Amino acid sequence: MTTRGWITLAVMALLGVLPPLFFLTGNPFYLDLATRLVILAIAAVSLNLILGYGGLVSFGHAAFVGLGAYAVGIPAHHWLYTGWGDWATMGYVQLPLAVLACAVFALLTGLVCLRTKGVYFIMITMAFAQMIYYLIVSIEEYGGDDGLVIDTRSQFAWIDLDNPLQLFGLAYVSLIVSMVLVRLIVNSRFGMVLQGAKGNPDRMATLGFNVYVFRLVAYVISGAMAGYAGALLGNFTTFISPEMMDWSRSGELMFMVILGGASTTVGPVLGAVVFIVLEEVLSHFTIYWHLPFGLLLMAVVLFVRGGLAGMFGRKED
Amino acid sequence: MSAVLQIDGLNKSFGGIKATDNLNLSVQKGELHAVIGPNGAGKTTMISQLCGSQRPDTGRILYAGRDITTLPPHKRAHLGITRSYQITSLIMEMSVIDNVALALQARDGHSFRFLRPARSLSHLRDKAMDLLGKVDLTAKAEHRTKALSHGEHRRMEIAIALASDAELMLLDEPMAGLGSHESMQMVELLRGIKGQHTILLIEHDMEAVFALADRISVLVYGHIIATGTPDEIRGNEAVQHAYLGEE
Ligand SMILES: Nc1ncnc2c1ncn2[C@@H]1O[C@H](COP(=O)(O)OP(=O)(O)OP(=O)(O)O)[C@@H](O)[C@H]1O
Ligand SMILES: [Mg+2]
Repeated sequence: MTTRGWITLAVMALLGVLPPLFFLTGNPFYLDLATRLVILAIAAVSLNLILGYGGLVSFGHAAFVGLGAYAVGIPAHHWLYTGWGDWATMGYVQLPLAVLACAVFALLTGLVCLRTKGVYFIMITMAFAQMIYYLIVSIEEYGGDDGLVIDTRSQFAWIDLDNPLQLFGLAYVSLIVSMVLVRLIVNSRFGMVLQGAKGNPDRMATLGFNVYVFRLVAYVISGAMAGYAGALLGNFTTFISPEMMDWSRSGELMFMVILGGASTTVGPVLGAVVFIVLEEVLSHFTIYWHLPFGLLLMAVVLFVRGGLAGMFGRKED
Repeated sequence: MSAVLQIDGLNKSFGGIKATDNLNLSVQKGELHAVIGPNGAGKTTMISQLCGSQRPDTGRILYAGRDITTLPPHKRAHLGITRSYQITSLIMEMSVIDNVALALQARDGHSFRFLRPARSLSHLRDKAMDLLGKVDLTAKAEHRTKALSHGEHRRMEIAIALASDAELMLLDEPMAGLGSHESMQMVELLRGIKGQHTILLIEHDMEAVFALADRISVLVYGHIIATGTPDEIRGNEAVQHAYLGEE
């Protein structure tokens, strides 16, 4: 196995074992922190598919996360206040709804965004995310910019998401599944085309690939995965607000991917770990933690080619 | 003889420059048709319009009797047209064999497959290895493309063109930047595939052109001024005046 492979294993093992240990030894706060980390890592892994492997710098990924959270919050809201049946609180309804809603949103926006390139692509993905943001803000029923309290978590027969350990467990397993899934996709024939189109779209077109369609499919997969992460995040915070979709949130996800190492399996997870830990530590010392944090990020991006994961082994491992 | 490719009255301007000026050309099935012409004559621009990466302002391109003037590049590839690039255009971050395997995969037509590892598909890998053998790059198969030399990149271009197994191959200066030894190897390579495909060859290397071509067309200022066998072209006064004489 490669160095990178061992690091992946080690990171995932620590991430799976340490937080529950903290919880069981009377430090529930660290489990909370880890749950948020793992959920954001899923979103970062999904972003890595298009940003890292597809070369598509999407600046609106938080919109999918937010949308996924609202797919949990909105049915739960109607269940409580407008008499929707118990089905509206069921996980088997909410999670697929989150995935589907985001897939549709990704398809509709992707059709437009992917017609553009470079800076225009960045701007237009951001614009669509802000559109959703303002749409939610304008809907009073769902709390507008005050946000919406999720009174009840997604209901499953076999798992109780009110139990912090079980919620963490679901998030952790989901992260592993999402990592495996992205890795399979990337190494598949579809993934080869996606990566080829990142390296040389003109060549791919002359070979006979309709690059636009391949990118669109990747965009939809990525958005749907982020929606799933959003549904978990809604269950974790039990509160959602449009702020979750803000462009700065999208920026954070991008930083995680780039900081950790784009187009590597473990990169987005490493990025999420460093991001959450630093945010936690630095915000203890100063409320102006964004500045040193930003400087550090820039240092990594500038001086460590390929991000943290890039320091170990070849890029494509 | 039947024309595989028929170009009628093609025009293309960039601002004030007429890169393609009422260009007419007909390429017969199975021939190796060379196009020569001075720098900036519009040879690459012609290729780009034939493969679809640039649109002509006016004029028609017929391929196997079908009007393809407005067809996007990937659809022309499906019809059997491939090109190589004068300025090497490969996927630099990928391995050599992955580049070739992608070309094979394009022809294979099963690219919306999401789970099976592409690199485990022996029908693509073995064929890719075969092709790399033909251009003498077997030893470099697993190397990252970026790490190869210019001459090796030029050979990869040919392996990829071969991989697409296209009926019509548009080769844009395959010998550009090669040393004399490498050029000779390339001539042999082209001689080997000649006859199996229809080839439109752009080339500055006169020795190579006269050695390989069935017919030659001379392109000057975006316009074909003469077409004929190598002997006819050698003896053509207008050509000597416009082009060969300046060599
Ligand atoms: N994208 C473009 N924008 C503006 N001008 C262009 C463009 N492409 C080509 N030209 C111009 O069109 C003319 C023909 O260029 P082209 O590259 O087709 O020539 P060529 O015959 O391939 O030359 P060479 O032998 O140097 O490869 C040149 O004057 C060139 O400057
Ligand atoms: Mg040229």
